[in-house]
Parts: sequence; C-alpha cells; structure tokens
Amino acid sequence: MSDVRAEWPLYEVFVRGKRGLNHVHVGSLHAADDAMALRHARDVYTRRNEGVSIWAVRADAIAASSPDEKDPLFAPAGDKVYRHPTFYAIPDDVPHM
Amino acid sequence: MTHHDSVYDGLLGEDTSQWAFGTDFEDPLAGVDTTLPDDVDAPALAAYCLMLGDDALIYSHRLSQWASNAPDLEDDIALSNIALDLLGQARLLLARAAAADPACVPVLPEGSPVPPEDALAFFRDEAAFRNVRLVEADDVGGDEGDFAVTIARLLLFSSYRLALVERLRSSRDPVLAAVAVKAVKELAYHRDYAGRWFLTLARGTEESRRRLLAGLALVWPLHDELFRTHPVEASVAEQGVGVDPATLGAEVDVVLEQVLSTSGVARPDVAQVGPVAGGAGRDGRHGEQMGRLLAELQVVARAHPMGLW
Repeated sequence: MSDVRAEWPLYEVFVRGKRGLNHVHVGSLHAADDAMALRHARDVYTRRNEGVSIWAVRADAIAASSPDEKDPLFAPAGDKVYRHPTFYAIPDDVPHM
Repeated sequence: MTHHDSVYDGLLGEDTSQWAFGTDFEDPLAGVDTTLPDDVDAPALAAYCLMLGDDALIYSHRLSQWASNAPDLEDDIALSNIALDLLGQARLLLARAAAADPACVPVLPEGSPVPPEDALAFFRDEAAFRNVRLVEADDVGGDEGDFAVTIARLLLFSSYRLALVERLRSSRDPVLAAVAVKAVKELAYHRDYAGRWFLTLARGTEESRRRLLAGLALVWPLHDELFRTHPVEASVAEQGVGVDPATLGAEVDVVLEQVLSTSGVARPDVAQVGPVAGGAGRDGRHGEQMGRLLAELQVVARAHPMGLW
C-alpha cells in the first residue's frame, strides 16, 4: 500500500512540572496521531513524577528560527543593558523573578 | 499501630536537592492502619493476597520481557511502565500475605536479609503459586509470541483486574483497600492502552488485523478461569475482605463487548481450557511455560539466599 509510512511523524513534547509555572520543552517522540502522542509522552516523559500537564505538537507545525539568523535576530539586544529594570528593589515575597 | 516501613525508603537517598522534579512520591500505605482486623480469617486473607499478588508478579515478569523488544521505543517504555505498576502491586500484596500468615513464607537460612515478600516471590515452587493461567504465557520469546497477542492478553487481564480492584476498594482489610485505591488508577491506564491498541490493530492493515485475531483466539480460552470462584475467594468475599470473581463476569463482558464491537471483531467462539487434575491456576496447577518462567525469575535469588539486594 502506498499510504503506509515507514515511520510515524515526529512530535515535540512540553511538560508542566508541579514546581514549574509554564510548559517546558522536554524532548520529542514518534506517534501515529495526536492521541497516541499524548499517551506516549505520558509514558516516556512523566514516569518519574515530573508533570501535571502535557502538550504534544507535530514538529512540522512549529515555526522555528534558523541558526543562520542568530546575529540579526538576537545580537542587537546584547548591549541594551538599560532594558533590564535593575534599578528596582524587588521585595523578598515576590516569587519567580 | 499505623507506622510501617515505607516501600520507598532508601530509594532516593538523603539529599534530594539533585533532582529537578518529582521527589514528592506518595506512599500508598501512608496513614493506613496495617494491623489485621480481629474477626478476619488470617490464613484465608494471606491465601487471597497470594492469588492477587501472584497474578501481578507473573504478568509483570512477562510484560517486562518486552523491554528492548517492543515494536517502538515508546511502546517499549509503555509496557515496562505497566510491568512496574504490577510489580509494585505484587510487592504490597505479597508483603500483606506474609504479615497475615507468616507460615506461608518459605523458610530461609538463619540471618538471611531477604524480606518476606521477596522470599515469597523467589523461593516458592511452582505448585505454591496461585496466579491464573492467563498470565503465564511467553508472548515475546515463545513460539506464538507477538505484540498483538500481548495486546489481546493485556485487554483481557486489565479489564478483569480493574473490575476486581474497583470492588476491592471497600475491602474490610485496610491494606487491601489501600492497594486497590492505588491499583484502580494504574489499571485504568493499562486498559486504556490495551483498548486503543486493540482498536488500532483491528482497524489497521490486513496483517495487523490477522495477527490480532490470532492473538485473541490464543488468549480467549483462558477467559472463563478468571471468573471461576475458588473456595478461598468465596470465603474472603463472605467476610467482606475480598471479591467473588463470579460476580465480575457480566460487568467485564460489557467492557470487552464494547471494545470488540467498536473494533469490528466478533467474540471468539473457542473452547475454554478446563481444570487439570481437578484444579486450575488458583490451585497451583499451571501451564507448561510456568516452570521456565520461574527458573528465570528465581535463579539469581536462589543462588544467593543470604544476598542483600
């Protein structure tokens, strides 16, 4: 059959840990569809009690910046130290700063 | 007495700061009163815990054989996770059997550091095992081994065991009830995993469907044994401690029927495996693959009865 692929598509997996505030990229895996990707992500990336929520997204659905564009994209921010609000005192009871 | 030694003691070490995530593991027996209820027949409770514990131990061993052999890395890990869930259940159940009736634990040389649940797992002979015969066959290295066979077997086993532990949550033995609460969540996932793969294989290619139907026909003859009541099961059910499996049959068949019909598969019309010499797995009568399984499972522990693992 011509529509049988040799390999399942690649998914990228993001997990929100109990201690974390947002989903963090943890790795990738292969799965036949979205539902299987979630199950596989649960089995591969949360077996050590790492997470309370999972996102899985087809890798080919992600728009990614190219390493070639690194300088024009990111270098200009390198010398703008005045963009950091470092002259504020942060109270001790403000978390996650 | 509510204190007991946590099964997780010593796993993490003193300093947990090195772990980025997940050190707050839950002890399924935390806060549970582990003393035996006075009016419970302790030897019957122990015999019943061996039945449920052996089901989990033997099937865990079979599923763990998929490690590094499954069709995909992801399913390799999924099956290993399921095996580990069952191994955890087996440990708690065998420990409970030993606590209820120390006489059921094989005697080891004096001073042996082997804990009672390990003595039960590694130093009993075949006829002392009380697991159903469904869990014994080698689906990986055996002549008829196939991923599709494992999926059919796992669907049958997890559907049966989930129905059982759902009921066991109201056991009068607080430890059995606590183990059941933990097991329900695990088995719900096992059944979901098996059900999804069952559907996928049944409605996949011609080849996947052929293999699934062959697997289903292979495991189905052991269906009825799951729901045949052993005198021990009748006794613990009467005391409100255990579950009479005969009362689970209809409920499990509804679930199986749903998976089969969604998958477009007919319920197999095959003869059931009957008793051997008047008994089945719960009486210690096992299939021909059981001896080899135990040899592999037990050989290292038996060579070192004074070993500390």
